[in-house]
Amino acid sequence: MYAALWRILPGPLWVRILIVVVLVVAVLYALAFWVFPWIDDLTAPTQDVTVDQ
Amino acid sequence: MSEPSAPHDAVPEQLPMRPRRRKRSPVSKAIGVFGELLITAGVLVLLFLGWQFSLNGIMLNNQQASEAGSLSQNWAAESPTAAPVPSASAGAEPAGTFLYGEPPAGGSEPGTGDDFAVMYVPRFGSDFKKTIAEGVDPKTVLNNGGAGHYVTTQMPGQVGNFAIAAHRDGWGSPFLKINELQLGDPIYVETQDGWYTYTYRSSEYVTPYGVGVIDAVPQVPDATAADRIITLTSCNPLYIASERIIAYGVLTDWTPRSAGAPAAIAGLVGA
Repeated sequence: MYAALWRILPGPLWVRILIVVVLVVAVLYALAFWVFPWIDDLTAPTQDVTVDQ
Repeated sequence: MSEPSAPHDAVPEQLPMRPRRRKRSPVSKAIGVFGELLITAGVLVLLFLGWQFSLNGIMLNNQQASEAGSLSQNWAAESPTAAPVPSASAGAEPAGTFLYGEPPAGGSEPGTGDDFAVMYVPRFGSDFKKTIAEGVDPKTVLNNGGAGHYVTTQMPGQVGNFAIAAHRDGWGSPFLKINELQLGDPIYVETQDGWYTYTYRSSEYVTPYGVGVIDAVPQVPDATAADRIITLTSCNPLYIASERIIAYGVLTDWTPRSAGAPAAIAGLVGA
């Protein structure tokens, strides 16, 4: 899968490496600011620190 | 493994230095992709844990510091600058009075989710300051890395119980060190009116259903309150949360905004 993605990338080696770095940074950013907060909301315990009222 | 041997005089199709790319069967390809997906999933889980226990906490703590600072600045800008008048009757009245007289009864009730106070606890860290918002809903309040106020309990400075909750293991872990409070430790609560100084008295461990801890007189339902208590609740043990850890303090002083912040936290307020 990743080998196929690597082969699809155009240009000489350094261009490919640049593209990969940009893609990885973009994915990490999306994870940290959108995906993980969303998962956190879904999975967070609802009553861990409070006494039930 | 071995391919059909080529005729002796055949010219090799590829240069010998180049690795040969063998034709893979669809099943082999599918297994390869599946394996890569599993590795990716594992990396994502590790990244999520790293985010949850480190990065998110750092981001929430920075956010808390700036929100708490701007709250204080707004209050400072709104408040009149009249010189404080220390109560002349201080000391002449029975216990329960303060240098600056009775604390104000507390303004209008904040809306659910609104930040209405900032807390400072030197024992939790020399730069510890967190917002206190109305309500204890995890998603809208507590997961923002600050503390939440039990809406049925009193407001800061009021006679009765000012009860708040916060996370201890994650989401900035504001109450991480709640078990390290020592007798006499100050817990400062800043509102628009000024600074309420609560002094830590005792701790208690209860079940998740121990609602008595947020009574106006903790653990004495329907009693008439005379003291001004603060109650901090969080989870115990760390990461398991089968119990609740409770810390109690009592109001020992209060400082109107015009008199300036208590010396111990003066460098933190509005910074």
